[in-house]
Amino acid sequence: MKKLRLTVQLIFTILTNGYTYGYLNGKIYQGALKYACVPGLNCYSCPGAVASCPIGALQALLNRQGFQIPFGMLGFFFLVGSLLGRFVCGWLCPFGLVQDLLHKIPVFRKRKRLPLHHILKFGKYAVLLLFVCIGSVFLFGGFAKVPAFCKYICPSGTLFGAIPLLAANKLLRSQAGGLFFWKLGILLFLLLLSVTVYRPFCQYLCPLGAIYGLFNRFSLVQIHWEEQQCTSCGACEKACPVALSVRDISRSPECIRCGRCIEACPGGCLSFFHTKHREDNHAGG
Amino acid sequence: MSFWKNKTPPGWLWGVLMGIFFLGIGIFQGQFAVIWRKAVMICMECIGIG
Repeated sequence: MKKLRLTVQLIFTILTNGYTYGYLNGKIYQGALKYACVPGLNCYSCPGAVASCPIGALQALLNRQGFQIPFGMLGFFFLVGSLLGRFVCGWLCPFGLVQDLLHKIPVFRKRKRLPLHHILKFGKYAVLLLFVCIGSVFLFGGFAKVPAFCKYICPSGTLFGAIPLLAANKLLRSQAGGLFFWKLGILLFLLLLSVTVYRPFCQYLCPLGAIYGLFNRFSLVQIHWEEQQCTSCGACEKACPVALSVRDISRSPECIRCGRCIEACPGGCLSFFHTKHREDNHAGG
Repeated sequence: MSFWKNKTPPGWLWGVLMGIFFLGIGIFQGQFAVIWRKAVMICMECIGIG
């Protein structure tokens, strides 16, 4: 499962960031594919990006003059969230992949959570509300509204957008100032923290994870638990990278559907699909 | 095939239908053209310059 997930993450990242011309010339893709969004957090100013970022797109709609309900992005979130939930975070997000790889570095003691996790986990909802929603509607830079999350926080934009663009484009590099170094600081802090804590950005700050987490309880892709067969050995809870109990796996907004619990369960009580045994029980009862 | 045995549609299906409905409204209002216009220009805020 681990290898399969890593392979899917790598292939998806390469496919959605495969515009090589952009990396070589310090430019971005300007074709029709950018009408669509990728499911994960993937800056549309990344030179390789072939589609749009859902959080950037939501802010672009909120940044317009006046106020219109951003139905297009609401529809996108309902569609992707209802089908996949936070499976997107675990399998399809490029910035999640970066954090996963950093967490594999065998230095420091590995931690699943930060202290005060029960409070800090609400940080992502605060970021969604304050920066993505309220900030994008009410925060002005001159006469224009600004995409507050992209401007002040997004580490994905700095890593996949700013660094390669500034490396290849001398004109842009000459304009980098305090704001760039603020964002670079956030990125470096999160990357360093990722080495010891599992996916700190996803657990505490990502507004996209906050949105998809709301769909986790009823999304199509679930991790099914056969309670009657479970021996309560605790192997799944031990394997879960975000320290969820077996009852919370899949239903919790924190579950990223990584599948480590499925791999760890010695009795095969957890799976992405309903097993025959479970279906028989339902039919019988 | 529990999906077909249930009388009430599962929650995710309502979500998908609602998503398609909202997407339709968004397309009708030209919101994806707004997204495209933003996405094909280098976003100065995103790269920490604007």
